[in-house]
Amino acid sequence: MARIVGIDLGTTNSLVAYMHDGQPCIVPDRNGRTMVPSVVALTDNGLIVGDSAKEHLTRNPERTVYSVKRFMGKGLADVQNELAYFPYTLTETGGVIRIRLGQKSYSPPQISAMILKELKLRAEAYLGESITKAVITVPAYFNDSQRQATKDAGLIAGLEVLRIINEPTAASLAYGLQKNTQGTIAVYDFGGGTLDVSILKLKDGIFEVLATNGDTHLGGDDVDRLLVDLFIAEIRELEGIDISDHPDHMQAVRLEAERAKIRLSDELKTDIAIELPENKGRFTRELTRDQLESLATSVIERTLAPCRMAIKDAGLTPKDIDEVVLVGGSTRMPLVRQRVEALFGKPPHCHLNPDEVVALGAAVQADILSGGTTDMLLLDVTPLSLGIETMGGVMSSLIRRNTTIPASAKELFTTYVDGQTGVDIHILQGERELVKDNRSLARFRLKVPPLPAGVPRIEVTFLIDANGILNVTATDMRTGQSQSIEVKPSYGLSDTEVERMIEDSFKFAAEDIGARKLIEARLDAESLIKATDKSLAEAGHLVVREETDAIRTALSQLSTAKDGTDPRAIRARMAELEQAAKHLNTVMLDDSLKKGLHGKKVSEVS
Amino acid sequence: MVRAPCPFLLMDNDQPSTHSDRRRQLQMARSMCWHCQSEVTGEYFCERCVKVQPVSKETDYFTCLGFPRRLTLDPKKLEAKFYELSRTFHPDFYQTKSTDEQAISLSNAAVLNTAYRTLRDPIQRAEYLLALETGSVKDIRTSPPADLFEEILELQDTLEEYRASDRGSDQGHRLHTTLQTEQEALERRKVEMESQLRRLFADWDKLQDAGAATSSAKAERDRILKQMRELLSHRTYINNIVNDLAATIA
Ligand SMILES: Nc1ncnc2c1ncn2[C@@H]1O[C@H](COP(=O)(O)OP(=O)(O)O)[C@@H](O)[C@H]1O
Ligand SMILES: [Mg+2]
Repeated sequence: MARIVGIDLGTTNSLVAYMHDGQPCIVPDRNGRTMVPSVVALTDNGLIVGDSAKEHLTRNPERTVYSVKRFMGKGLADVQNELAYFPYTLTETGGVIRIRLGQKSYSPPQISAMILKELKLRAEAYLGESITKAVITVPAYFNDSQRQATKDAGLIAGLEVLRIINEPTAASLAYGLQKNTQGTIAVYDFGGGTLDVSILKLKDGIFEVLATNGDTHLGGDDVDRLLVDLFIAEIRELEGIDISDHPDHMQAVRLEAERAKIRLSDELKTDIAIELPENKGRFTRELTRDQLESLATSVIERTLAPCRMAIKDAGLTPKDIDEVVLVGGSTRMPLVRQRVEALFGKPPHCHLNPDEVVALGAAVQADILSGGTTDMLLLDVTPLSLGIETMGGVMSSLIRRNTTIPASAKELFTTYVDGQTGVDIHILQGERELVKDNRSLARFRLKVPPLPAGVPRIEVTFLIDANGILNVTATDMRTGQSQSIEVKPSYGLSDTEVERMIEDSFKFAAEDIGARKLIEARLDAESLIKATDKSLAEAGHLVVREETDAIRTALSQLSTAKDGTDPRAIRARMAELEQAAKHLNTVMLDDSLKKGLHGKKVSEVS
Repeated sequence: MVRAPCPFLLMDNDQPSTHSDRRRQLQMARSMCWHCQSEVTGEYFCERCVKVQPVSKETDYFTCLGFPRRLTLDPKKLEAKFYELSRTFHPDFYQTKSTDEQAISLSNAAVLNTAYRTLRDPIQRAEYLLALETGSVKDIRTSPPADLFEEILELQDTLEEYRASDRGSDQGHRLHTTLQTEQEALERRKVEMESQLRRLFADWDKLQDAGAATSSAKAERDRILKQMRELLSHRTYINNIVNDLAATIA
């Protein structure tokens, strides 16, 4: 079977991992970096993704999309009160948010697909084979629409998504593989935009999820926002400037807030410096960890209620939990660790890299699916109750939250008017009594033969598969015939729309590759220029003047080419520079070896 | 805008059907491998072509998990069996198989999960057994025990009064204390009912183990089932009230 990779498609960062000799490994980029920032920017040379896109957050904020995961499976009304924080323009078509980038609008699955494609290319380059199959992780508390949107993103990226797996459970697989633990564990996953808590029982290779809870709108981003609000208020007070009128500065403030927050995980105080618009100078202040914590405490407290709910739903008390595993960048905050430790009454386990563990677990699940790992099995649950609308606007539950998946429920329907030819069914997800308080997933019309009221008997099967995604089928019990059902998602793309997006993505693939080649050539040119500058500074005195002159000429030619748009020209100038600097580099290497290895020449050592 | 008519629910059809024609048909279908059409003798797989076989719709949850129809089950053994069968049916292990096999694995795993969920919980297990034995597919109606009828009516009034009262006031405090006392009393009653239920469960198991087909055995069986239905219905009723109380005064 072709290789299946595991992908952590995060709010902030994304990673791709694969299995090698029974151990999961992350695919690094050529600089050894494992994380791809989940950022997509539209530049003059097309769409770019990851580290290079991140640089456009402040340069080009209206055309740089970050945290797109917050919009997956959502309508505009769902994110109304945070629109002010995003510099790019959001609209809605057919219940799906659209993000404006230049002349075009993209759905969140399309933007996510660009990130997935970047990961796919990265894995293909590293592993030297084509990658078409993947396991993709989602927050455990994602509802059906959000899961479906993630699957759509995979399709648009040209990936067959063999499984959608929950992030905390993925983490538990990686953890279990390494520690070979038995007992009850709690996984607390607090990232940039989401919180998940899962309670699992590990026994003889079976990973049985007992309960899960969370909040798909709570993360480190919320802490950053509190800091941003604080700085904006102070700047308004002191300088009389409203930063929120300046999108590029807003982004700079947000990034500075995040960096300060991250520094305060290791330090007790830090300096903040923010460039003000209109050449008004800089705003500076000191921020202490205490100050950060008194702001962040409200956010962190909100993460504890889902923990308590999960423990209760698992039928346990905190002391029954043998081990607490921390996942996600935000668990590096000391206050988070303290609160989690206080709640569970034991210090959490933090030996695994919280950034990588989810992707590693996804690779383990991929290996299980391809038949490589056979002793481990994950039994996950559905995070939210599934039901349908009944008379009086009340939701009738069919499958309760925390039911092990796959899970199915059957329901028999009939008519209550003579000759009625259809029954409208409205599918919901959530824990509340009334339809309006729950999430609408989809509607469909059941076709019924025209008969006296109460005579038709249509059995509808609601099946939540191992991805946590709902499938609906119907059978006429009188004839035994099954009927196909066309479900209209409330917050999702239709099948035809997804198909069109897949086509589009192929059409633009050629353009994208062109843009990508240019960006890569530029990045490589930059590092070559840096390295050559360094050699010149360190060893320029060891070679003759003509040589350094030739190197300087080649350097400036490469700089010019780098500002152009032709990747081939850049590569050609790079080759020239490498040639010109070849002797210098050998001399430099010999010189450093002389110092270290008592005068052996390069040729003698290698 | 006119609202679409809401679906009219008939029943929860999770219970096995008792329609005899259908049963015979399905059993016949079951005995033949869907793939190679040879007779299936193995438990979950066709011996000849080694394809997974669908769990028959008529298989009850006890049979599905390989347990006799007893009401005291060893939870460890039940779990072990559940894990073993999960390894047999889970869709994770069918990713490389044909779409037919994948579909069977998916639906088998779903049945297995429902079976385990039902049998794991002693109350759900007993309710399920009652439905099996008495052929009733309807939910057990919840009803108050006769001797508590007056008390519960009064309690409902107090609850109403409390909901309308100012929680901080003296009256609020007084009502809160009353409700708390009531809650504790009802919880004791619930525990009592549960131990009565356990005795009935033991009686049932003894009868099953003896396996006698005498008329006195039949009378004993009917007595147990009748009392069990009554107790389960009372217990659920009390349980709902206790939950309601706890949520209100929390
Ligand atoms: N050392 C740190 N201290 C505090 N927060 C951190 C630290 N490192 C990363 N973070 C925060 O973690 C979040 C990203 O975590 P990650 O697990 O990568 O998120 P996601 O899964 O949502 O992509 C961001 O909000 C980031 O600011
Ligand atoms: Mg994450």
